[in-house]
Amino acid sequence: MPITQKQTPSIPSRSINFFWTKSRTKLFGDLITYLIISLFSIVILIPVLWMLSTALKPLSEVFLFPPRWIPSKLMWENFIKAFTFLPFGRYFANTSLITLGAVVGQLVSSPMVAFAFARLRARNKEAIFILILATMMLPWQVTMIPLFIGYKTIGLVDTFVPLILPNFFGGAFYIFLLRQFFLTISPELMDAAKVDGCGYFSIFFRIYLPLSKPALAAVAIFTFMGNWNDFMGPLVYLSKNDNWTLTLGLSRFTGMYGTTAWNLLMAASLVTVLPCILLFFFAQRYFIQGIVITGVKG
Amino acid sequence: MNIAKQKNKLGILARKEERAFYLFITPWLIGFFVFTIGPILASLYFSFNFYDVVSPARWVGLQNYSDMMKDQLFWQALKVTGVYSVGSVTLGILASLAIALLLNRDIRGVAVFRTVFYLPSVISGVAVSLLWMWLLNSDFGMVNFLLWRIFHIEGPSWLMNRLWVIPSMVLMSMWSIGGSIVIYLARLQGIPTQYYEAAEIDGAGYWSRLLNITLPMMTPVIFFNMITGVIGSFQVFTQAYVMTNGGPNNASLFYVLYLYRNAFRYWRMGYASAQAWILFLILLVLTALLLSTSRRWVYYEAD
Repeated sequence: MPITQKQTPSIPSRSINFFWTKSRTKLFGDLITYLIISLFSIVILIPVLWMLSTALKPLSEVFLFPPRWIPSKLMWENFIKAFTFLPFGRYFANTSLITLGAVVGQLVSSPMVAFAFARLRARNKEAIFILILATMMLPWQVTMIPLFIGYKTIGLVDTFVPLILPNFFGGAFYIFLLRQFFLTISPELMDAAKVDGCGYFSIFFRIYLPLSKPALAAVAIFTFMGNWNDFMGPLVYLSKNDNWTLTLGLSRFTGMYGTTAWNLLMAASLVTVLPCILLFFFAQRYFIQGIVITGVKG
Repeated sequence: MNIAKQKNKLGILARKEERAFYLFITPWLIGFFVFTIGPILASLYFSFNFYDVVSPARWVGLQNYSDMMKDQLFWQALKVTGVYSVGSVTLGILASLAIALLLNRDIRGVAVFRTVFYLPSVISGVAVSLLWMWLLNSDFGMVNFLLWRIFHIEGPSWLMNRLWVIPSMVLMSMWSIGGSIVIYLARLQGIPTQYYEAAEIDGAGYWSRLLNITLPMMTPVIFFNMITGVIGSFQVFTQAYVMTNGGPNNASLFYVLYLYRNAFRYWRMGYASAQAWILFLILLVLTALLLSTSRRWVYYEAD
């Protein structure tokens, strides 16, 4: 901490202070750090716990002041009630289908594009790559309207196609992530394979893909999260109730039940976010890696 | 003779490699034309038209753009989004940097804290919006209860209040800064320790090391987060749509919410396209501005 800071540039005054020895300063700093971080953690966790607590309460205890953290009776039936009021099972299936399609699409398309940018030489490669990065900056609202009109013209509005199809043509962010990862694989492997008579396709399939499982997992996870949580896409494209996704159902839930049934609303929200939370806990390593690859090395 | 033959062969190989390159990027190329360049040009075209989807488009030149300049709601939306952007990006960077610095202090249990801080980022936009509507409920919400219990402050009616609605959304955005914390932390851990050792030998204290080594080394990542943060904050939609629907009295009429209404509620596709283009231009200008200042404060390692 600042106490050990030297006062004059020439004479080291560190040794003069007997109380604030180095280890004591470190200990003191650690304590303060723990205190602040724990405080922040509590602030972060309160909303999550409050969500859980509300979801398990009878309605009569939702509006209590001061609020009560532990419900007098755990109302598991809130989940059933929330799910029978609206066809959330249907929404769950729809969301799963769209998300699965999107993940498959990204895994099929992005790696091959990324491989080309990481390992194949071609004229104009750098220029094209900058173009890819530039598309990341384009707000998708610019393309949203013409795409909507296009899909409407060929009668694909209110189907899942507009939400799944674009994923089969690679996502700029994922191409970038995978390229960064491929660049860390030693190019000598590729040269050796070439000497052995491997073509680019088998190098890609037999060397790069198997060695990139963590990065592929990161792509799958981010695509999953992005599509599972997407709201504006389904809002624009899906209108029939049978086609709705979980996020659409949730947003309409407020209007139907009024804003008063907070316990049911929180129960429905919890079920909606549960797959993402589970995925996060089981695949945290890949999350962190993916974020680090794109954020730090970019 | 022999050399010439070899050269020719290399040329064939290089050409083969280039062919493979274009083959591999075919999916992206198709997508780029069909889902990006095509729609961009179409959007530009629509922005010079009146088009309501039902009747054919009618060319009106710059009318949409001049209408926009006179549209008070457009300016309101721009103001709301700008204020939110400045607030959420600035506070987000400061807070996540501070937490990352704390987590980097070589203490135990960093992984646990990192998990806790990242957790909110995996929860969906709609669920987060509903949760915060409940937390910020003026009568029974947890936030006002804690404010009263701890500080004896009577909290405002947050989302129902014209002055508090944007601060509410900024506050809510602070809950999901886990992603940037992870990025900052990774970068912090990548700073070579020799720098610190050298500084310590010279007698530099904690703050001096922070100012002269850590922060300069962090500037590229801060810069990256700033750009993605600005772009993201200008595209806020879900919170505004779900929590307030632009209210009260248009105090949370975010830019994209207004764009969405024009396009899909009033079916003014031309006007909405013009709005989308203005959004694009604003983001381009902001990014260019940030880039031009970056030379002065972003430190790039010479490599």
